[in-house]
Amino acid sequence: MSVPRKAVALISGGLDSLLAAKVIQEQGIHVEGINFYTGFCVEGHTHAIRKKDTARPKRNNALWVAEQLGIKLHIIDIIEEYKDVVINPKHGYGANLNPCLDCKVFMVQKARQWIEAKGFDFIITGEVIGQRPMSQRKDTLPVISRESGADELLLRPLCAKNLEPTRPEREGWVDRERLHGFEGRTRKPQMALAAAFGFEDYAQPAGGCCFLTDKQYSHKLADLWKARGERRYELDDIMLLKVGRHIRPRPNFKMIIGREEGENRFLQGYRKQYTHMLATSHPGPLVLIDGDAGPDDLDLAAQITARFSQGRNADSVAIEVHTPDGASHSLQVQPMPGAAIPRDWYL
Amino acid sequence: MSGNELDARRMLCPMPVIRTQEKVEQLQAGDTLTVFCSDPGAIHDIPAWCRVNGHEVLDIRRQGEEITIRLRVGEE
Ligand code: SF4
Repeated sequence: MSVPRKAVALISGGLDSLLAAKVIQEQGIHVEGINFYTGFCVEGHTHAIRKKDTARPKRNNALWVAEQLGIKLHIIDIIEEYKDVVINPKHGYGANLNPCLDCKVFMVQKARQWIEAKGFDFIITGEVIGQRPMSQRKDTLPVISRESGADELLLRPLCAKNLEPTRPEREGWVDRERLHGFEGRTRKPQMALAAAFGFEDYAQPAGGCCFLTDKQYSHKLADLWKARGERRYELDDIMLLKVGRHIRPRPNFKMIIGREEGENRFLQGYRKQYTHMLATSHPGPLVLIDGDAGPDDLDLAAQITARFSQGRNADSVAIEVHTPDGASHSLQVQPMPGAAIPRDWYL
Repeated sequence: MSGNELDARRMLCPMPVIRTQEKVEQLQAGDTLTVFCSDPGAIHDIPAWCRVNGHEVLDIRRQGEEITIRLRVGEE
């Protein structure tokens, strides 16, 4: 009897990786999943923060996929190492700050190290030729195989028939005839295959698997780098870019303003690290100040904070300012009229 | 033995799951682990992670913002 082969599937939580893993599982291969957490992933917490979104069922899609398949899932924290991918992508960015090609190379490379360490035979992904403009083109798929070092051990079950046979196919570990030849942007073949397998209620991310494909998010990240004079970020920075209204009145500081109760509660978790302010004479949002703000800046920020409080039409609003050293002081300000806040202050 | 604890408070999902996974890797089958967290997402994610990886959730308690999940490590 031949040795049972083992494959690791890159599980993003979307439909394609679910199908790719299932196709291989159906051939009697032992499959386990691997999921990478970069900090930019669009996951449960982002929905959980905003109160109005809590009605939606909230789940970790990668775990959900693993449960559908009945496979183990290993979630790997790559936050630190991934910074270099985002900051210096060799192949550049897509439409926004999404370094998709470098990202794929990096993830497959991590998967290759993982299979070596765990004694697995090959790697599978849900990539489809022509599905995405940057990382899933006929000319970029070989780049991923090559630069990740996975080479012939990287199998794409959904489009394998349009590619050169890989080692799992040549050695007969899998039957190439039972793989697929999907190509192009259409989602129809995937939906048909999902129906054939009886999968329902799967996630269908529109733009991509992470916030870096989002225009506004990328704009905020670019602003952060510009303001700091260097391309660098911490996990807290990129989490905060997902939350609140961001306003930069002056180059040296920006304000992060909670838009509703859920966001205010989330921002409260950062109170000890950031200077923050809050109206005390009227209900209003919690506002974090990111950057180096002097007394004059805080005064301006207080007027804007007052504008977003329920005292926006009052003559004067009391704002309490807290600094990270634990000190606090009060300011009495006139709310800035909404029309006086230039459009380009909003990030 | 039940002295194994993990403080994942203030972490956002999926970090509590990732830290739980790292901790479980150091434990033996049959050991128990108590995870303290504050992201409500963990109430779904940690049990889901346990189900797919063969660990058993013993109980989940919620007191205000604080969530405590006790689990037993399964066989490899
Ligand atoms: S969308 Fe984000 S996670 Fe997905 S490949 Fe592009 S950079 Fe990577």
